Amino acid sequence: MCLGIPGRVVEVRGDGIAIVEFSDGVSIETDANTIEGIRPGDYVIVHAGIIIAKLSDEQLETWAKDISEFIAGLEEKGEEILDMLRSLEEENVAGKSGKD
Amino acid sequence: MDRGRLNSSDIIVAVIRKIARSLSGETVKIMDFCGTHEHTIVYSGIRSLMPENVELVAGPGCPVCVTPAHYIDTVIDLALNGVRVYTYGDTYLLPGSAPPLSKKPRTLADAKAEGADVVIVYSLLEAIKHHRLHGGESVFLAVGFETTAPSTASAVVNGMVPDGMTILNVHRLTPPIMRYTFNKHRNSPIRGVIAPGHVSTILGAKAWEFIPKEYGIPTVVAGFEPNDVLTAIAYILAMLKTGRPGLVNQYKRAVKWEGNKKAQELVNKCCEIVDASWRGLGIVPESGLAFRDKYSSIDAVYQYGLEQLKRKEWKYDLPPGCRCAEVTLGLAKPTDCPLFMKTCKPGSPYGPCMVSSEGACSVWARFGGGGLVEEIVRDLGLD
Ligand code: SF4
Repeated sequence: MCLGIPGRVVEVRGDGIAIVEFSDGVSIETDANTIEGIRPGDYVIVHAGIIIAKLSDEQLETWAKDISEFIAGLEEKGEEILDMLRSLEEENVAGKSGKD
Repeated sequence: MDRGRLNSSDIIVAVIRKIARSLSGETVKIMDFCGTHEHTIVYSGIRSLMPENVELVAGPGCPVCVTPAHYIDTVIDLALNGVRVYTYGDTYLLPGSAPPLSKKPRTLADAKAEGADVVIVYSLLEAIKHHRLHGGESVFLAVGFETTAPSTASAVVNGMVPDGMTILNVHRLTPPIMRYTFNKHRNSPIRGVIAPGHVSTILGAKAWEFIPKEYGIPTVVAGFEPNDVLTAIAYILAMLKTGRPGLVNQYKRAVKWEGNKKAQELVNKCCEIVDASWRGLGIVPESGLAFRDKYSSIDAVYQYGLEQLKRKEWKYDLPPGCRCAEVTLGLAKPTDCPLFMKTCKPGSPYGPCMVSSEGACSVWARFGGGGLVEEIVRDLGLD
């Protein structure tokens, strides 16, 4: 029920309806009255036939930056992150032994 | 060492384990509010990646599971009396209050089998189109949280609802149920919250500011990819470690601080906030929406003289033995219910949490609890 599906706006009609195409090639009519300033080419999230949010390239870039900054923040100390990766590798090796 | 073999999930999991190891005290209970987050957690096996002292519990974020039996009974009665009922697929199999195998239809599907006109739609827009084509008298069963309410509000406020069609408004609000849930966990408090991502596209991240402020619980608004959820868990643990509970918006690519103002305005114009019933739980103050008087012409409650459930009239509305109320509040796991995968299965749901694809019981039944295979095998007595 709360599922939101990302898609791309292909057409905005005068009556507040926007046609959105999804990654599987299916297009549907959506109610675009629920969002400000939608244009063809916008990436959006569709839920129950309405556009609930617009995804901008800028936001997507910020997302990538947020994640890398987050990881960098926790990786502050080189020693610590190396320790962590070593222990992870040990866990991986321990987990894999006997399988191959 | 070959760093190429580590992907970003490995790194986030390692961070989670490292912080978790350094946390003292009892198990850290983190609630994933939203059914779609629970789906990601289970489907991607995220529970099995958690350190021993981190427990992920599902919250009340499945609107279908909490839709009171009273409203299902109401639409079944309307359907049997010649009114066409439009329903989302998720509520088609949702049981009302009739017991299984009784003569009275238990679901809209049963009503349809008896010849009633019940049409499954993906959206209100689709229902409107169908009604325009076929005419007659119809009612649309409008369930859902803040994410779905704008679809109802937009059609109502913009005058799209055709003559002969009414809407039964059963929309529910998430912040009030979050407070209700925290109170139910007083004995073993929730120490982190993964807040619902798509609800937040509408309400804005700001809607959850009260959680760290009033309850001191770290909160992260998260997206639905496995890495989104893992990152949210890492943020929560980091906030616990530093003793600085705050609100982080990890889903900035879709969620703004202020949310979707246009959608909020439409909902405010169309609806007022009222005390509302939740299945198995009772009346929760200011947790639902009702149409404002000026829209009484499309309000099924007004047009058919239907009763809204009041505190005094509310009756426990789960089928006997079903533990959905506890599952919904994260106080029990689906496998704690003796009926799980016995009387109650996705193909033949006995309780409401087995119906929607986002119901915790249905998610666990289909994908297996998120890695707790041994536990499930033990719980089901299959070991
Ligand atoms: S398994 Fe079925 S009966 Fe048990 S709590 Fe879940 S929905 Fe209710």
